[in-house]
Amino acid sequence: MAGIATVAAESSAEAGTRPSGPPAGRRWSRTTVETRVLGVLRWVVIAGLLLFTLFPFYYMVLLSLRDLSSLLQAPARLWPTLSELTVATYRDVLAPTESGGQGFLRFMAISGLVALGTVAVTLAFAVLGSYALARLRFPGHRRISVLFLAVYLFPSILLAVPLFIFFTRVGLRGALPALVLVYVSQTVAVAIYMLRNYFQTVPASIEEAAAVDGADRFTIMRKITLPLAMPAILSNALFVFMIAWNEFLFALLFLVEDRSRWTVSLGLSQLAGSIEIPTTVLMAGSVILTVPIVVLFLATERLLTGGLTAGAEKG
Amino acid sequence: MRPAVSESRQAGDREARSPGRGTLRERESRTGLALISPTVVLVLVLVVLPILWTVVLAFQDLKLIRLRTSGLFGTPTFENFADVFGSPGFWDSLVTTLVYASGGTAASIGLGLVAALALRHGFRGRMLIRASLLLPYVAPVVAATFVWGVMLNPQFGIVNEVGTRLLGWDEPIAFLSERPTALLTVIFFEMWRSFPFAFLFITARLQAAPATLEEAARVDGATPTQVFRHIVWPQLLPTIAVLALLRFIWTFNNFDDIYLLTGGGAGTDVISVRVFEFLISRGDIGAASAQALVLSAVLMVLVTVYYRFAAKDEVA
Repeated sequence: MAGIATVAAESSAEAGTRPSGPPAGRRWSRTTVETRVLGVLRWVVIAGLLLFTLFPFYYMVLLSLRDLSSLLQAPARLWPTLSELTVATYRDVLAPTESGGQGFLRFMAISGLVALGTVAVTLAFAVLGSYALARLRFPGHRRISVLFLAVYLFPSILLAVPLFIFFTRVGLRGALPALVLVYVSQTVAVAIYMLRNYFQTVPASIEEAAAVDGADRFTIMRKITLPLAMPAILSNALFVFMIAWNEFLFALLFLVEDRSRWTVSLGLSQLAGSIEIPTTVLMAGSVILTVPIVVLFLATERLLTGGLTAGAEKG
Repeated sequence: MRPAVSESRQAGDREARSPGRGTLRERESRTGLALISPTVVLVLVLVVLPILWTVVLAFQDLKLIRLRTSGLFGTPTFENFADVFGSPGFWDSLVTTLVYASGGTAASIGLGLVAALALRHGFRGRMLIRASLLLPYVAPVVAATFVWGVMLNPQFGIVNEVGTRLLGWDEPIAFLSERPTALLTVIFFEMWRSFPFAFLFITARLQAAPATLEEAARVDGATPTQVFRHIVWPQLLPTIAVLALLRFIWTFNNFDDIYLLTGGGAGTDVISVRVFEFLISRGDIGAASAQALVLSAVLMVLVTVYYRFAAKDEVA
């Protein structure tokens, strides 16, 4: 309907301005031209965007599988030949330093430990806090919300100086729990924000019904609210895990002096400048760093997308 | 939100009689405070107090080497600010930071807008394409900067290989170690890494736009570009304004990307990297704090603006 009307309007306008134009010109009204051009342009743009976003990842995987000498001989070849294909890079990067590797397996264990610790502590804080903000009225409610928004917008570089000094001074700078605590303080505001939004969509009437039946607040939370909020809590957990796994600045500030405590991010960044370690081996390291995040993300993309706009940038 | 009336009255009566427990309303606020206070304490101790402490440190003559022996509250001094504001490096760095933040913000929002418009209408495989476009944003920054560093490497990086062989460049370009290419490169990287955020944000707004307006315009003979110019764009403008502010805040303070790509060399010495350099390499805590404070001041203004803006706008 709309299309027909548009064509009619266009052609009559054209007929008014250019009465001598050939009748075939109708098919080439501005609308038609634009629609066709944009229709083609759209696919060009999508293809270009995909190439632009995915190429670095492809290049990462490609280099991690190629032999270094053949890479240096043919740096521009974008596909590996069967003869040069190797997984020795992964063996090198994962093996412990004692056996000549780079010890990334250990880095992964540290990263995993820190990230899981951060998730557990953040959730404990955030579930209670977001429930309070969504359901309960108490003095300072609004001020606390504003505080959390400000914390969420506050970049970590501004906390680098005081936290570095403080933890150095109390002698806990190399301790993993200290790092976890810092991560929790960075993620808890976003986590509360996301969970609060979710709690607000769960109708309070279910909880009220339970209250009428005589259940107290904590029974209600444990038996009704938490099970209902499980999808949101789960996506929150993944989100916090990703932030903690990817974090670089505080890992650098806190853990750099002791190689046995490096996270994968820190390890890769520290070894990247080294001349002795082949680029292909480090590329295998960056694949190892990236794969858990990409897998988690693709598995939960729908759950997470809402949260990303709420600020994955933190950290 | 509140329990049924009969229950609440009953409970209220009972509460009123038992001393020290208060009414239901009082009990509710006590529970609320009890649940929120651990988080508030954590945030106060690890975020708010450190920021306030930065202010104190900025007025101290404190060096990292003497940290363990010297007292943390010496005599206040303005020396740090005099040094910081007196050095040309600081002002250069401030300009670099502004160029980087504006360029990065504009580029990422521009590309995000293009992506959102291209993927606006449904087709098979759209979800998969959308997920792929989000990857730069979720990928670990260290891995992303590392692979870009190798791609742009003058010796065997793919970009220079293609450039010299196919595009006829005379010699490889040192993307990350020459002025002014390095600054342009980090802005380009920022576009790659952050456009997905703008893309998501704008897509969400586009989905909320009523289809009837555009349909009516089309019926009246508006061409697709006219529909965009007069119908879609005005609706997106508030969202883009909020988005620009948010991106600017984060890009302005971005440390990881530049530190990992160039280490702050070749004219990419943004303030956040300077703060780090002063703290770690020079061990000058006072000067590092003073510069962090300058960042905070700029940030404070931006956050206030954001709060005014976004309080009205539901997007954020």
